[in-house]
Amino acid sequence: MISQFFILSSKGDPLIYKDFRGDSGGRDVAELFYRKLTGLPGDESPVVMVTTGGRRHHEGRHFIHIRHSGLYLVVTTSENVSPFGLLELLSRLATLLGDYCGSLGEGTISRNVALVYELLDEVLDYGYVQTTSTEMLRNFIQTEAVVSKPFSLFDLSSVGLFGAETQQSKVAPSSAASRPVLSSRSDQSQKNEVFLDVVERLSVLIASNGSLLKVDVQGEIRLKSFLPSGSVRREVSLFPGYGPGIRVDEVSFHSFVNLDEFESHRILRLQPPQGELTVMRYQLSDDLPSPLPFRLFPSVQWDRGSGRSTLEPKPRSLNVRLHLPLPRGVISLSQELSSPEQKAELAEGALRWDLPRVQGGSQLSGLFQMDVPRPPGPPSHGLSTSAPPLGLGPASLSFELPRHTCSGLQVRFLRLAFRPCGNANPHKWVRHLSHSDAYVIRI
Amino acid sequence: MPYLGSEDVVKELKKALCNPHIQADRLRYRNVIQRVIRMSKLDQWGQAEVLNFLLRYQPRSEEELFDILNLLDSFLKSGSPGVVMGATKLFLILAKKFPHVQTDVLVRVKGPLLAACSSESRELCFVALCHVRQILHSLPGHFSSHYKKFFCSYSEPHYIKLQKVEVLCELVNDENVQQVLEELRGYCTDVSADFAQAAIFAIGSIARTYTDQCVQILTELLGLRQEHITTVVVQTFRDLVWLCPQCTEAVCQALPGCEENIQDSEGKQALIWLLGVHGERIPNAPYVLEDFVENVKSETFPAVKMELLTALLRLFLSRPAECQDMLGRLLYYCIEEEKDMAVRDRGLFYYRLLLVGIDEVKRILCSPKSDPTLGLLEDPAERPVNSWASDFNTLVPVYGKSRWATISKCHGAERCGPELPKTSSFAASGPLIPEENKERVQEVPDSGTLMLVPNLQLTADYFEKTWLSLKVAHQQVLPWQGEFHPDTLQMALQVVNIQTIAMSRAGARPWKAYLSAQDDTGCLFLTELLWKPENSEMQISVKQNETRTETLKSFISVLETVIGTIEEIKS
Repeated sequence: MISQFFILSSKGDPLIYKDFRGDSGGRDVAELFYRKLTGLPGDESPVVMVTTGGRRHHEGRHFIHIRHSGLYLVVTTSENVSPFGLLELLSRLATLLGDYCGSLGEGTISRNVALVYELLDEVLDYGYVQTTSTEMLRNFIQTEAVVSKPFSLFDLSSVGLFGAETQQSKVAPSSAASRPVLSSRSDQSQKNEVFLDVVERLSVLIASNGSLLKVDVQGEIRLKSFLPSGSVRREVSLFPGYGPGIRVDEVSFHSFVNLDEFESHRILRLQPPQGELTVMRYQLSDDLPSPLPFRLFPSVQWDRGSGRSTLEPKPRSLNVRLHLPLPRGVISLSQELSSPEQKAELAEGALRWDLPRVQGGSQLSGLFQMDVPRPPGPPSHGLSTSAPPLGLGPASLSFELPRHTCSGLQVRFLRLAFRPCGNANPHKWVRHLSHSDAYVIRI
Repeated sequence: MPYLGSEDVVKELKKALCNPHIQADRLRYRNVIQRVIRMSKLDQWGQAEVLNFLLRYQPRSEEELFDILNLLDSFLKSGSPGVVMGATKLFLILAKKFPHVQTDVLVRVKGPLLAACSSESRELCFVALCHVRQILHSLPGHFSSHYKKFFCSYSEPHYIKLQKVEVLCELVNDENVQQVLEELRGYCTDVSADFAQAAIFAIGSIARTYTDQCVQILTELLGLRQEHITTVVVQTFRDLVWLCPQCTEAVCQALPGCEENIQDSEGKQALIWLLGVHGERIPNAPYVLEDFVENVKSETFPAVKMELLTALLRLFLSRPAECQDMLGRLLYYCIEEEKDMAVRDRGLFYYRLLLVGIDEVKRILCSPKSDPTLGLLEDPAERPVNSWASDFNTLVPVYGKSRWATISKCHGAERCGPELPKTSSFAASGPLIPEENKERVQEVPDSGTLMLVPNLQLTADYFEKTWLSLKVAHQQVLPWQGEFHPDTLQMALQVVNIQTIAMSRAGARPWKAYLSAQDDTGCLFLTELLWKPENSEMQISVKQNETRTETLKSFISVLETVIGTIEEIKS
């Protein structure tokens, strides 16, 4: 099974190294991995690499890794194992470390090295997975997580404020869910909270004549539970709003979910362990119930080298950015934008137009003028005005849509059957969010 | 032992898979297996392990097979991709005699695989794409209706885009060819040159079936006059006219003008070849070639010069008046001034051929070509599922079969090979074993609790007496091809402390050997090896002076490993 596990920072510094079987060459394998990774030719995949030749100790060693939050989590093995299983293990480890340390990042890992090693000891034994369930691990982990600053719900001045609908209509900062889940001390001042996120990724491809080539929505319902373990019974039922007109193509549930009432009333029941878990995953393609959030009307004229883009977004959106690759050699850009808080700039051969906040139903336009060097060619050919010059790439949009799901699926209620031992009633935070995975409009 | 959720499960599994008494009793074995499968307390790691263990099980009857498949059905719907893929592999292997069951399973796993291909995790996406390609080798139409899922997205890393383009090539059919080609055409003008070239090659491979549309697209691409595009298009054309002669006309019309845009070696070679072979249909062929001849002194690539020689000679045969002069100049340069010997030799060869006579030249250069439609250059036929079922859900599809073969040869030879002196047979084997590994320390294969005593001194008489008094405890047959050197075998056995009492000479028919070994508790293992060349197999008979099944098994595995390694190294 697994021979070694190590975590590297984005620059290749080893943060964690653990050897499980003692059949390897030592710590320098981490450096070997990073060298191989950075030296890999462009068309080879870095996901699974192998050492051949070279020193005897490292021969025939497979490196499998994932990138998460800027860190590399790597396992090595000498056997022909299932790649799906290993990748799943790595993702699960990433989530687990995030749960225990608050969030996963170079800083948090460096501060919590002892906790990480303790976790690894319990999760893997001699390279075999023992358990990754937070419930079982909690009994064994003694070390406390070290956080950088104490969490306070009243810290509302943090950037990236996200509205959240709750019973109490309070607002939680977006960092609210990023504290360590599992403190073993029963801390009375810790709030009992449950965070539910319905996150959708939207993938759209629009052809140059405006027709929709492809649309794909991947959704997840994620639950992060801070409910303490001392309670007798806790049950969470969700009611994903599956009203008429809402359908999904593929659905899969976590093994903890009780589906007895799903068919009849669309209720999901589960007893969540502490920490983060994905309750349900679904997919929808080709037939969205709601219209697309953005429409772009580019018009490009080439004798003057100018282009006008008009955006017509539907719902309210945040952090919209339009990325438009340009032909090589474009040097100057002059612009007229319809609102002062937007900005556009030329960066790395592409036009970037940033719109921090866009109201729904509005129309925004930007006029960009640039000098395009004429490609050399025989004069008899001349530039055809119908085809754009080479290099004017597809426009891609990236955005976030709070409080909106493209498939129309909404969680109607979240009920906790919970008997607290003298603690206050638990808070529930539910949020819906769609963001773009790849929203591409061809010109 | 992996933790499978509870001690009971571990006990049950161990019982079922290791205990020969349970194995002998089919009913008990089956019950144990069923109980294990039904364990609901297993988490996803336990389930994956169970599925892995069950790969070793051979169901005895069709009824039992379908029984097990029904029990495992729920695993196919699990939320964990590791479990789903493990279950799929198990199904494919268990049902190897029932292709319709295999196809059914592959249909059911389509959903999870497609979900993994669009996953947020790029690594999962890549691994899933490799498996999709594996499936497409056997069932090309399997994902055709889902072709849209394999359209490349702008932000994806390069290696994923390449995989997706390969998949798009392989799932093309009549319904989706229009859209797929349009999509690929879009990629051909991508800002990344590598990706654009990959897309053009992909169109080239689709062109073998849908020639007209693809040739049209490729011709349009030539009109863009971009260097990296033109060179690849011309190379694609060169490959295409060989396999699909019907498109030659269209290609010839598209060619004029692209010589201005090609600077690299591969592109030039392709263009020159086309001009040589089909030059009679291209009006300005001699003039283009003349350009190359004028600049041959400054041409840096010898391969281009070689191609130029052949092409010009071919063109000379069909258009002698226009080519005679420059052919002469070229030959003069190659013979008198050229420094690269290969080019010079070719020039000399052609010159001497011309001296013999024009008919001889025609006979040699224009002999009938092999007919590509006879299948010599065709892609390998669809492979049956059973050829790759055991590689599913392992690292093999991720690396690709050829690369995996290289890796496992290097690795396997190192791990199990005992130390061998530089005998001639060893030195001749396998260029993949690097030089320095010959002096490596030997590794005794893992023999569990078996410790064989070294330097056992057993006399031949004692061996014979003991041999005749014991009954055969274990008999087995190993495949063995071809000749081998007894010295090598003896040396190898020596290393693992198995003494050779007697051995036939090399080349004796049949070939026999008698071996002995003793473990630290005093238990003796006497072995006879019998090799009959007509059967291509080696028969092993082992006798033990005390009945101990565990140690016997360990001894057998040691023996098998040694013999297997010798077989491998020799082959």
